[in-house]
Amino acid sequence: MIHGNKVLLLGVFALMLSACASTTKQGGTAAQQGQAQSGQQQATGAAQQQGGFQGSPFDNPDNPLSKTTVYFNFDSSEILPDDRPIVIAHAKYLVTHPNVKVVLQGNTDERGTAEYNIALGERRAKAVSQLMQLQGVAQSQIQVVSFGKEHPVALGHNEAAWSKNRRVDIVYPNGH
Amino acid sequence: MWKKINFAVLVLAINLACITPSQARLTIDVTLWLDNATPIAIVPFGYQGVNPEPMHMTDVISGDLRRSGRFSPMPEKNMTETPHEGNQVNYATWRNLKQKYLVVGKIQMLASNKYQVQFQLMDVDQGKQMIGQSFQVPGKSMRRLAHHISDLVFQAITGIRGAFDTYLAYVTVVKNNKGQRAYQLAISDSDGYNEQILLKSSMPILRPVWSPDAQKLAYVSYISGRPQIYIQNIYTMHVQQLTHFDGSNLSPAWSPDGKRMAMSLSKDGNAEIYIMDLASHQLHRITHNYAIDVEPTWTPDGRNLIFTSDRGGKPQLYEVAVGPDGPQGSPRRITFDGDQNLRADVSPDGKSVAMVNETGGRYRVAVMDLASGQMTLLSNGNLDDSPSYAPNGSMIIYSTHRNGKGVLAIVSSDGRARQLLRFTRGSVRQPAWSPYLHDQ
Repeated sequence: MIHGNKVLLLGVFALMLSACASTTKQGGTAAQQGQAQSGQQQATGAAQQQGGFQGSPFDNPDNPLSKTTVYFNFDSSEILPDDRPIVIAHAKYLVTHPNVKVVLQGNTDERGTAEYNIALGERRAKAVSQLMQLQGVAQSQIQVVSFGKEHPVALGHNEAAWSKNRRVDIVYPNGH
Repeated sequence: MWKKINFAVLVLAINLACITPSQARLTIDVTLWLDNATPIAIVPFGYQGVNPEPMHMTDVISGDLRRSGRFSPMPEKNMTETPHEGNQVNYATWRNLKQKYLVVGKIQMLASNKYQVQFQLMDVDQGKQMIGQSFQVPGKSMRRLAHHISDLVFQAITGIRGAFDTYLAYVTVVKNNKGQRAYQLAISDSDGYNEQILLKSSMPILRPVWSPDAQKLAYVSYISGRPQIYIQNIYTMHVQQLTHFDGSNLSPAWSPDGKRMAMSLSKDGNAEIYIMDLASHQLHRITHNYAIDVEPTWTPDGRNLIFTSDRGGKPQLYEVAVGPDGPQGSPRRITFDGDQNLRADVSPDGKSVAMVNETGGRYRVAVMDLASGQMTLLSNGNLDDSPSYAPNGSMIIYSTHRNGKGVLAIVSSDGRARQLLRFTRGSVRQPAWSPYLHDQ
């Protein structure tokens, strides 16, 4: 009964309105500022050959502090065993640096609706927050925000991309 | 014979929005229709005037009727006669061309920016006029008037009020070569023309929803750094920030009387459903559950909310009765087909609910009959989202993907016809169909 006939209509419409008030503009804030500072992984080979790393522990690839992303399974907010040391390392750092603030940014893959995913990303970020607070981090040091599926780091439509996007980014907005 | 025509003369006083103009290029693909769509001939209107004809209104009318899935407008090149008035119609000609209905009309320029438009709808088999009307409009209102004529034709033949003279709201996302995203909240006519930008932001904009009087949009914006709910008047552009709570402030939904806003707030720990009185800003909490509760929508009687919750493990739709002070009884699960069901939109007659259904990893738009619980899949993508009913319930707009870009699609609520609305700039998502407009 149904047939796949196809009609293509192409139109260009130039809207002409005059004497209009300006729109309300919302300039964004750079929410991911901290990532550039904390995401760098520079292997300083000379230092490693001497048996120790000199410089910021956040730059030492052997230190869990150098990792700032925690990954999750589909529709889950459970922190995976492999990633717990990352959260705990950042928590210990925050305990010893009580003036440092951290933002936990929750994210999801593209599957599911925008708002369910914001709530899911928030649940992931709160799971990280709770583990940090269990380590003694003050609640006032932690801010949680979820972007849901709005800020993917990988753009494919497959599990390889999705697994990179189901994440919480640990961001130091004012540096370490 | 003009005497036979029952002309109602009315002047359209269209309250044109003072909104930033933009250019939008639109492609409409009609991907599916039934052979038994009603044949109708919309004869190009005659034109008399010293200025060039402002626009071909019949192109708009044909496009509207085709998009509904119920009509198959005759190609202009197949017309052997082009009458402009009912008394010029040779019915035998149109019967031979297998047409059931005929629309004729003419446009006359009265002054520099004043046009008289008249049209008549003829029943070809009966050989008589069904409706005829005349209008006086400025040139810029002709497209709007064409949609209005589509509404009148649709109603005269189907008995259902037309919903072509309505607006769409949606969000566009454009990525620049540095990977930064630019979000725009826009509205357009129901066929995607006349795009007008309401808001630009480098931060996400989500979930525009229309006020019942079609004068305002509520939406979610990240401008403050976290999702908050805003209300914007589409004519004055005035913006009001409605929520200032911690956490995620999501899913605004106007009550049918426009006096209350349902929403999802995580200020108390996790996403819960609340209702805010818009005059007093007093909040009533509706859900108390450790699960995610988001995306509330009202039933047309204003007595129930349907929302998404994963309290059963996976996201499903739940319904709860609400009174003036809070919930009445416990939420009741209403969806059981497929792995997940999310983001409900209740049909204007309250009998069906459209939603995003996930089955076997595919997210598609489905409609469930609320009395029988029977589900019908309406879309065929993998990541379809955001179903929104036209105010007459005959069509549903939703977001889908083509060639890696987000596009909008319109499907008739019986699934018989589907079209894509594609915009040239970036991806389009989060569509919301307006209620009927009341400004004429």
